Amino acid sequence: MTHLGLFVDFGSTYTKTTAVDLESVEIIGRAQGPSTVQSDITIGLNMALENLKRQVGHSVLFDVRLACSSAAGGLKMVTIGLVPEMTSRAAHFAALGAGAKVTGIFSYHITLADIATLHALSPDVILLAGGTDGGNREVIVENARQLVSANVRCPIIVAGNREARTEIEQILSNAEIEMVVTDNVMPEINRLNIEPAREAIRNVFLNHIVHAKGIDRASTFVRVVMPTPTAVLEAAKVLAEGAKGVPGIGDLVLVDVGGATTDIHSVGDGRPSRPEVIYRGLPEPYLKRTVEGDLGLRHNAESILTAVGDSELAVHSTVSSDRVKKYVREVATSAAYVPQTPEETRMDYALAKSAIEIAITRHAGRLDVVYTAVGQSVVQYGKDLSQAHALIGTGGVFAANSAEMARELLIAATKRPSDGMRLKPESPVLYVDKPYGLFVAGLLSTIDRPKAAILAKKCLRVV
Amino acid sequence: MSSWTIVTGVIGSDTHIVGNRIIAIALEQAGFRVVSLGALTPAEEFIKAAVETAADAILVSSLYGQGELDCRGFRDMCIEAGLNDILLYVGGNLVVGKHDWSSVERQFLEMGFNRAYPPGTKPSDFIPQLVQDLETRDKLLGRD
Repeated sequence: MTHLGLFVDFGSTYTKTTAVDLESVEIIGRAQGPSTVQSDITIGLNMALENLKRQVGHSVLFDVRLACSSAAGGLKMVTIGLVPEMTSRAAHFAALGAGAKVTGIFSYHITLADIATLHALSPDVILLAGGTDGGNREVIVENARQLVSANVRCPIIVAGNREARTEIEQILSNAEIEMVVTDNVMPEINRLNIEPAREAIRNVFLNHIVHAKGIDRASTFVRVVMPTPTAVLEAAKVLAEGAKGVPGIGDLVLVDVGGATTDIHSVGDGRPSRPEVIYRGLPEPYLKRTVEGDLGLRHNAESILTAVGDSELAVHSTVSSDRVKKYVREVATSAAYVPQTPEETRMDYALAKSAIEIAITRHAGRLDVVYTAVGQSVVQYGKDLSQAHALIGTGGVFAANSAEMARELLIAATKRPSDGMRLKPESPVLYVDKPYGLFVAGLLSTIDRPKAAILAKKCLRVV
Repeated sequence: MSSWTIVTGVIGSDTHIVGNRIIAIALEQAGFRVVSLGALTPAEEFIKAAVETAADAILVSSLYGQGELDCRGFRDMCIEAGLNDILLYVGGNLVVGKHDWSSVERQFLEMGFNRAYPPGTKPSDFIPQLVQDLETRDKLLGRD
């Protein structure tokens, strides 16, 4: 009989713990400790647990104990494909969907310069794609050889042309490189097939990376089941689709603004919402995640400032330009900084608003009018989010601000007149993840989907 | 049966898809692997698809009279993309107005297409030619 669940997020700054009553499906306590993965991950965990037990009782036993991790740099990946808009793009989608931090994307034959870059990036895992099934095999085979001669030691996931598999297996196994061979991320032109690669990445994460990073020291107490971004993505999925006996809320977009990155997740097929629109290019994933590595409220506050200018931030925060510039410089080197005054809160708000505007513009698809001999045709590139039912904000900036400000932040992700042909959400219901509990629902979804759906819905507050 | 891969589609801002569908079906029935890109296909996409699929030939359809403009530089783009030995065929209503076919054909051959076909061409008219051209090319390249 299961009563209590413990859910842990091993982050890069904090170790966050949440206790859930699994009968009533309610969050009953939460506490955090520092991230101590550099020395011993269990130290921070025990500190958090001490705090948590003060809330829920010292004698409690947790029947379910699951964790996700973005500690020790997260899951750093490099993807390699053939044509940038085709297999390279498909491989990138697969890695992002598996919760990875993609630090390098390579296409065509990898060069000596690429190899130098690759060594500098020192990825945890490489995803090697290229060629449709039965298509180009020479480039992926050659790239496998290059990786071997460059003395790459990390595990490699091979998800390219089926006909090149045997040869690549031989090349990598001769070099004693850890590998997983799985289905092609793009088996034919403009057909995306990223689930097998996502699953392979997750397995490599669990079987190798968790150990290599010292996260498995916590394994006697909690089971690490996925990278943190995947937990959020899984929560979005179960929320959109629902589960047995629990209706879903439909297609949705989820915005997660952090210190270093701004992530957008969307659930839905994103096909044209009007029949006369023609889709072009590689279809995008049903579960799509994008990570804007240049947009964040701390490490990357300066690049937001550069992108939008100090006057815009000054207007949104009603603070002087000079004060904004000074604040941005200060927080850029202080990852865990928490605003101390109403003025600082407003500056974080302005930074977040700009980050969200840029990130959703990059995530959403767009329409393009083509003039043909028989009149106009409308072509769609990327995902149509215009009909999304819900738009959800998660992360500190949503939880810390008033409902009114959270609402304004989410409106920045919706379609405005100046967006023209961009396919952003048009009239979604706006929610915030008030208890910051969606990742918990994502973890719970691995063992009990209906309860995960209930928990995820309980996290949402309409704003 | 051949195992050649053919990339086909309608180039440029052209929505006339029916004829190209018939070509794709006929090629499949003749035993080719067919990569069908549909209508409104930019020249670049033909080439990118040919790279990923290691295609043996690209068949370009154009029915709205702008073919000459859309196909300009097509062979050069193939060479840039490393597709040195690919066969290029083009067919349809390639130019606006009434023109002597042989001058139109010459124009496209000079642009680097291996074959050009006038309106009204049936699949049975060009498929045997395609097979023959591919066999000749493979022999020249020393492939089996």
